[in-house]
Amino acid sequence: MRDVAVVSWAQSPTVRDAGARNEVELIMPVVQQALADAGLSSVQEVDFTCSGSCDYLQGAPFAFVAGVDALGAVPPIKESHVEMDAAWALFEAWLKIQMGHAESALLYGFGKSSPGELPHVLSLQLDPYYLTPLWPDSISLAGLQARAMLDAGLITEAQMAEVVARSRRNAKGNANAQLSGDVSVEELLAEPMYLPPLRKHDCCPVSDGASAMVICTVEKARSLGRPYAVIKGIDHRIETANLGARDLTRSVSTELAAAGAGVGRGKVDVAELYAPFSHQEIILSRALGLGADTVVNPSGGVLAGNVMMASGLDRIGEVATRIIRGEAGRGVAHATSGACLQQNMVVVLESE
Amino acid sequence: MAELAAVVGIGQTKYKTKHGRVSIAGLVREAAQKALEDADLTWQDIDAVILGKAPDMFEGVVMPELYLSDALGANGKPMLRVHTAGSVGGSTAIVAASYVQSGIYRRVLTVAFEKQSESNAMWALSNPQPFSPHLNAGAGGYFAPIIREYIRRSKAPADAGIKVATKDRLHALRNPLAHLHLPDITMEQVAASPMLWDPIRFLEACPSSDGACAMVIAHEDLVAQSPKPPAWIRGTAMRSEPTMYAGREEVNPQAGKDCAADVYRQAGVTNPRKDIDTAEVYVPFSWYEPMWLENLGFADEGEGWKLTMDGVTSLDEGGDTPWNCSGGVLSSNPIGASGMIRFAEAALQVRNDAGEHQVEGARLALGHAYGGGAQFYAMWVVGADKA
Repeated sequence: MRDVAVVSWAQSPTVRDAGARNEVELIMPVVQQALADAGLSSVQEVDFTCSGSCDYLQGAPFAFVAGVDALGAVPPIKESHVEMDAAWALFEAWLKIQMGHAESALLYGFGKSSPGELPHVLSLQLDPYYLTPLWPDSISLAGLQARAMLDAGLITEAQMAEVVARSRRNAKGNANAQLSGDVSVEELLAEPMYLPPLRKHDCCPVSDGASAMVICTVEKARSLGRPYAVIKGIDHRIETANLGARDLTRSVSTELAAAGAGVGRGKVDVAELYAPFSHQEIILSRALGLGADTVVNPSGGVLAGNVMMASGLDRIGEVATRIIRGEAGRGVAHATSGACLQQNMVVVLESE
Repeated sequence: MAELAAVVGIGQTKYKTKHGRVSIAGLVREAAQKALEDADLTWQDIDAVILGKAPDMFEGVVMPELYLSDALGANGKPMLRVHTAGSVGGSTAIVAASYVQSGIYRRVLTVAFEKQSESNAMWALSNPQPFSPHLNAGAGGYFAPIIREYIRRSKAPADAGIKVATKDRLHALRNPLAHLHLPDITMEQVAASPMLWDPIRFLEACPSSDGACAMVIAHEDLVAQSPKPPAWIRGTAMRSEPTMYAGREEVNPQAGKDCAADVYRQAGVTNPRKDIDTAEVYVPFSWYEPMWLENLGFADEGEGWKLTMDGVTSLDEGGDTPWNCSGGVLSSNPIGASGMIRFAEAALQVRNDAGEHQVEGARLALGHAYGGGAQFYAMWVVGADKA
């Protein structure tokens, strides 16, 4: 396994509604920024491009086709797309670099969730014959998971509120955050229930936005002359879609991916976890074996802004940025997909 | 450097209008189970599962890999979902190959499917888009003007498309899994079928199918564990270009030419007509055979229709470069799987395992898929020999 460098990452502001801006208009600024920050002038200078998006967010097929129109793919480029979070686009590109078919790659993810009702759109991720017709929305399913945690005595409502208070506080330093501010645990617990046991602030907001990243071999990163962070380990695992067959109070697939990525091989200074609900941050921290010496979600995490299909890539970008700035020596980024953390990716990044 | 990988197992369902007796999960599982049996392996032997299909709106299931993880034995393993429009089946096989060629994984399962009977592809393709003219034309309406331009430039005879449509349906009679079995098919019958999008007649268009295709791809070190001959992956390539831009060559797209040149270079192909024994090429509308013969370098520009008319691409006429011996997309079209079927059928040929539609002595074969407005390409070359 060869080291792969994260050279640049650009993120749009996460907003509730990007209005009339279409996908191309969301993607172009971050792609241009990521390329420029890597010292590259166009997509023609990378060996491979891969993106993540979901047609159902904007309600039209082939969301990624418009994305290609934003790139400047003339002459034609080597390009692929996953109907997943762009963290998996990074994985596809990482494989291309491992096999020597590419030295560098541009990745991007985008999501415009504002046109629909996201929690119900995600009902269509479930078993189409037995579950989707009942329209269980993503928040209700997360509520079942939180309830299982509370009933088993594995978390308290105060711990959930602490996650939210920290997210809002950390997000004050994140110019792209959608939600930030100082709010106490007591104030949060005084808020009414939304879908019990979840209060509205336990749930990530719905956001529009995009992000892009450039990765390359370490040799190429050196030739670009830019600072970089190094991907030392990466793994992703899925578990059953049948919620009744899973122990919802833990994340076995995250535990497997963490072992595969080698999280336990050293101290973790910083972790960015894709936890769309407050209680899930606790599940993930435990699955990753994180202790009190790890700073979790210094950006505020997705409770401060959640661009579907880009948030996983953003977690990698947040960790890489902190390593490049010298704020951390070793960090863990996490991405998820599916109801109640069904599918998870774990990435270990280190300084050069 | 890339590790050497090979296809060691292939499984396909029967292709037909409606698989009414199985769920989506049942459909993909059947193909996957057959591929495992073909490779003499079990679910435990698989390190990762790579799934491909065309737009989620074709069945109305968002990111179906989540729901299908149980059916495909992926629990506890990596699972990835590829979507690159009509080329997706090919792209998926290429991504799956990269899992093994990277040296990170040893043996993977890749599956592509479409269950078109559960929704309406024409609707899903023609959804109005904000800020864009609403064509409501489907794929045939999109490609017909491009075909007319090909005919104008090449001065091809009007029946070249009819010849392809007839030839591929005759091929399909040799393939028990093909959707369309039209035993009495003649050029006259194709010519008499209703005109849909001039010059594409009803019988010159692909059907709408349910079906799934699966392959097991193994590292060189594990190939011998499966009993049948392997299909060595000699080259893989993908290319994309925008749907529209000033000066875009739509009849003979640059992305297709570049993709072919890339995969040929990897496989050591210098003269495709001579070096490649048989090809499975994505021909959803009859005229795309002569167009792709040129784009893929089997014929000079403007000359592709001559190969078609001379029977060069026909198994029944003893052509030296048979194309789409399985019957092709014109005979079976579960859209998201159609590209992978091309890749798998190419592998079947070099494994000498294609039954009645086997090209005798095939050693090197091309699998090809395209998608979108003919702007996305995926290709691989597989061989009976390692190099």
